[in-house]
Amino acid sequence: MRQALAMLLPVTLALVACQREERDTRPQSALGSGEQPTPVTTLEPGGQRPSPTDNKAASFEANAFHMSEGKRLFSWFNCSGCHANGGGGMGPALMDEKWLYGSSIESIHATIRDGRPNGMPSFGQKIPDDQIWELAAYVRALGGNAPSSAAPQRNDGMMVHPSENRLPDAATLGKSP
Amino acid sequence: MTFALCVLLLQGCAGWQSALDPKGPAAGELAWLIWFFTALCAVVWVLVMIALVAPLVMRSRPGDEPLLLDEAAERRKMRVVAFAVGLTAIILIGLTLLSFFANRTLAAIGSEAALTIRVTGHQWWWEVRYEDATPSRILTTANEIHIPAGEPVRLLLTSTDVIHSFWIPSLAGKLDLIPGHMNVLDIKADKPGVYRGQCAEFCGAQHANMGTFIIAEPRPKFDAWLNDQLQPAGAPASGEAKAGADLFLKRPCVMCHRIGGTPAGGTVAPDLTHIASRKTLAAGTLTMSRGNLAAWIADPQGIKPGSHMPVADLNGDELNAIVAYLEGLK
Repeated sequence: MRQALAMLLPVTLALVACQREERDTRPQSALGSGEQPTPVTTLEPGGQRPSPTDNKAASFEANAFHMSEGKRLFSWFNCSGCHANGGGGMGPALMDEKWLYGSSIESIHATIRDGRPNGMPSFGQKIPDDQIWELAAYVRALGGNAPSSAAPQRNDGMMVHPSENRLPDAATLGKSP
Repeated sequence: MTFALCVLLLQGCAGWQSALDPKGPAAGELAWLIWFFTALCAVVWVLVMIALVAPLVMRSRPGDEPLLLDEAAERRKMRVVAFAVGLTAIILIGLTLLSFFANRTLAAIGSEAALTIRVTGHQWWWEVRYEDATPSRILTTANEIHIPAGEPVRLLLTSTDVIHSFWIPSLAGKLDLIPGHMNVLDIKADKPGVYRGQCAEFCGAQHANMGTFIIAEPRPKFDAWLNDQLQPAGAPASGEAKAGADLFLKRPCVMCHRIGGTPAGGTVAPDLTHIASRKTLAAGTLTMSRGNLAAWIADPQGIKPGSHMPVADLNGDELNAIVAYLEGLK
């Protein structure tokens, strides 16, 4: 009996290692998603994230799969055309700690979905909501706001900045003076 | 009985995707090699088995003095072993030479190729680009490769994400598509026909649904096809299709797909300029029909889970209009 239990323990431990992050590529409801009101200013009572908080945010925010998908979409959708791999060009830089419209994933999602004054187009009709969340999660990783255990690793090709999981953590380092 | 079973099993080896049913010189060479290797190795195996079983059956009686060497018998055995070793060496060298000459034949196929096609592997579809010195005659399409029958064609194989492998069993052996590297595969189809191919290197969730077709046609038909494909997309015919064309540019389709002659210029997904002229959808996953088009756009993650085609938030009218437009893109 004890032997059987002793056998069972390593097997259980091995099977636990098979657990992996959920990858949900098929949104449950195709309609009515992302219907939060657009925050047009960063001035929020108490400087908090714009409310209401979308319940999708949590499932995308620190999810490695969604962030790497966001990284792929960032290049596929030519975000670099204006934001230049996060360094900024015609559009603002995304890898510093200056957030014109808030650094929360909801704010970034709203920025991509509805656009912002002076150039940022609205992609609400053109990018499915889940992909906007993926992009928003990745943009946060660009600024060092994602856990390094989940942020994307280095590219196969040459990179113009350190891989996202090696960028300085926004909470401690990399703040502009 | 066994023979009947073998015949039945080998029946499965014919058809549009079989290395044992060659339809081109490269595949023919390889098929001959496979059969010759198999036959020769079978003969060798039978001889080895006979040599193994024979001493067990015909056991010699032990002599009076087991330790006494019978020199004549020892010499006889030595000769048999030496003969077997010599024969093995000759067979192995012979087979090596055969493979070498077969390889030379394969390499010579494309030396006069007039047509160069760049095939790029993506998760999970094939981008097909017909190279031409005149930029306006460069054609980009997907998943279906038309070639002129009876002419050698050079394929340049590469990939943008992971390693794939290009395999048209009826026409040629398999060759990998490697990111950042260009492999060259020369093929030739002796007769017109449709030959199916399949990604032969595990490349992710939808590896099994990454099929391709080589469509070999007589030269005049091929030229006509190429000229048709080079044309920009036709104007939408009906009012519904016109609405679909507008929606295509306003909704998620436009972010990734290209339709020649419209502002849609995405290059990260299959070119849809003449999508309705293709026989299948989603790299051989579905046959081309209005119903399948609608199903694929409505629920790509149900049909091909994990593929990069997202569920676009379209309502029923929008879906119908876009399908009506795409179905007219012959």
